[in-house]
Amino acid sequence: MTKLVSLKEAVAECVQDEDTLVIEGFTHLICHAAGHEIIRQKKKNLTLARLTPDTVYDQMIEAGVCKKLVFSWAGNPGVGSLHAVRRHTEAKYTERIELEEYSHGGMMTRLQAGSMGQPFGMIQSFNGTDIPKVNPAIKEITCPYTQKKIQTVPALNPDVCVVHVQRADKNGNAQVWGLMGTQKESAFAAKKVIVVAEEIVEASVIRRDPNRTLIPEVIVDCVVHEPWGCHPSFAQGYYDRDNDFYVNWDVISRDSKTYADWLNEFVYSSENHADYMKKLGTKTMERLKAKSRMCEGVDYGY
Amino acid sequence: MDIKPSERMVCRAAEELANKEVVFVGIGLPNVACNLAKETHAPELFMIYESGAVGTLPERLPVSIGDPALVTDSASICSVADIFQCYLQRGNISVGFLSGAQIDRYGNLNTTAIGGDYSNPKVRLPGSGGACEIAIHSKKVFIIMRLNDRAFVEKCDFITSVGRKVGEQTRSQLGCPGAGPVKVITDMCVMDFNDQEEMIVTELFPGVSKEQVQAKCGFKLNFSDKLKELKDPPEGHIRLLRDKLDPKGMYI
Repeated sequence: MTKLVSLKEAVAECVQDEDTLVIEGFTHLICHAAGHEIIRQKKKNLTLARLTPDTVYDQMIEAGVCKKLVFSWAGNPGVGSLHAVRRHTEAKYTERIELEEYSHGGMMTRLQAGSMGQPFGMIQSFNGTDIPKVNPAIKEITCPYTQKKIQTVPALNPDVCVVHVQRADKNGNAQVWGLMGTQKESAFAAKKVIVVAEEIVEASVIRRDPNRTLIPEVIVDCVVHEPWGCHPSFAQGYYDRDNDFYVNWDVISRDSKTYADWLNEFVYSSENHADYMKKLGTKTMERLKAKSRMCEGVDYGY
Repeated sequence: MDIKPSERMVCRAAEELANKEVVFVGIGLPNVACNLAKETHAPELFMIYESGAVGTLPERLPVSIGDPALVTDSASICSVADIFQCYLQRGNISVGFLSGAQIDRYGNLNTTAIGGDYSNPKVRLPGSGGACEIAIHSKKVFIIMRLNDRAFVEKCDFITSVGRKVGEQTRSQLGCPGAGPVKVITDMCVMDFNDQEEMIVTELFPGVSKEQVQAKCGFKLNFSDKLKELKDPPEGHIRLLRDKLDPKGMYI
């Protein structure tokens, strides 16, 4: 059965006000298009969770769709600060969001526990740090075999997970190569899964290389075809990270006026992601388009 | 040849890396140092990035820990779960690099928040990321930070990553398997840690005095009896940095 819908339809159907949402990706395959569509649909009071909330969560915070951030590293990767995050968390500002903070290992373990149907996950990440002092959800147990102290974090089962992938079939079997972040853990942990793909391919293409399928159709609710949907993040084999964007973003996002202008031009005044890409222009796309590097492939015969 | 302090930092850090060591690489100066070591005395240095790129051979200097150039030609790509569980927590990382906005005499680091209290900070920093795990589980940690008295403080506002000692508790009492920080490489001096688990200056950069170093540090420093002057790195290393590893001067 085809689950193919537009991004507008997928967001309208799956994302409700007050939801806990994960837009996945660890530097790679971060679906900015989904964040922009959620901003356009003016969703409210979302809890946004991810290890590395970068520019897309920063934009969602500035646009006012987020009430709480659950995270482990909130920065502009390779550049510096996320300015909307800072403007909504530092003492001198009045409009604040709530923070719930872990380490990368801690966040990953929360999603992994959620993906495995466990109520909590075990980890050895917080010895001596102040993080558990400001996050009461991090607790400690004694190992019943070794008596060693181990920290625990609660399972995270998001209402919705958006996973961007290189290719998927219409049923939602989704293939990823390159960096895989916590995509698998988040997708299996979530109650609803939206797969956004650079390319929609025939099921036979997926089935010829099943080892590459990270997300199976059984957990997928919607499939969306959205080329360039990650910009300024990247899709290995399709387009490079737009480093100039991340560097310039530091300037644009530092000031709430230039930030608002950018959101107006690129998000609110864009009908959809194709419109956003049109505004970025073909020169940007030519600059970022990946140079091909094929691998040998493997023999699945028996 | 006029050598910049940041070039000395990178060259000194690179010296510490042995061939075939498994190193957990961060962006910025550590990344340049690892690539310099690989180009010179440690061609089989095995570099791992927290994004899941393992045994990397990047054609360009990565601009983030998840640069696509780290994927192409790497030995393995794995999930973030594998990085933190199978590599770090399992004890498969020999060297980790860390830095921070604040550091105390024991090498405890703050990358979380500065000033005010945690809920109302003066400056909100990005947070731990994988730093607290690197600090606990790497067999040893090198810290690369520029020396100034706002960063080298009596007490960190928040301890994100554990150093040699927290309060009266040592690493073994805290249950941290790795040795913790063993070297602090700054732009004026190099430090080890003494029997009290405190930083002790062992090397001064050429032309830098003990007084100048102390003036830039927010806590009273120990100085080694065998204090040495840092030697100039080979000219070829400086050429490599300027012509190949960081030609645009992004980090150096």
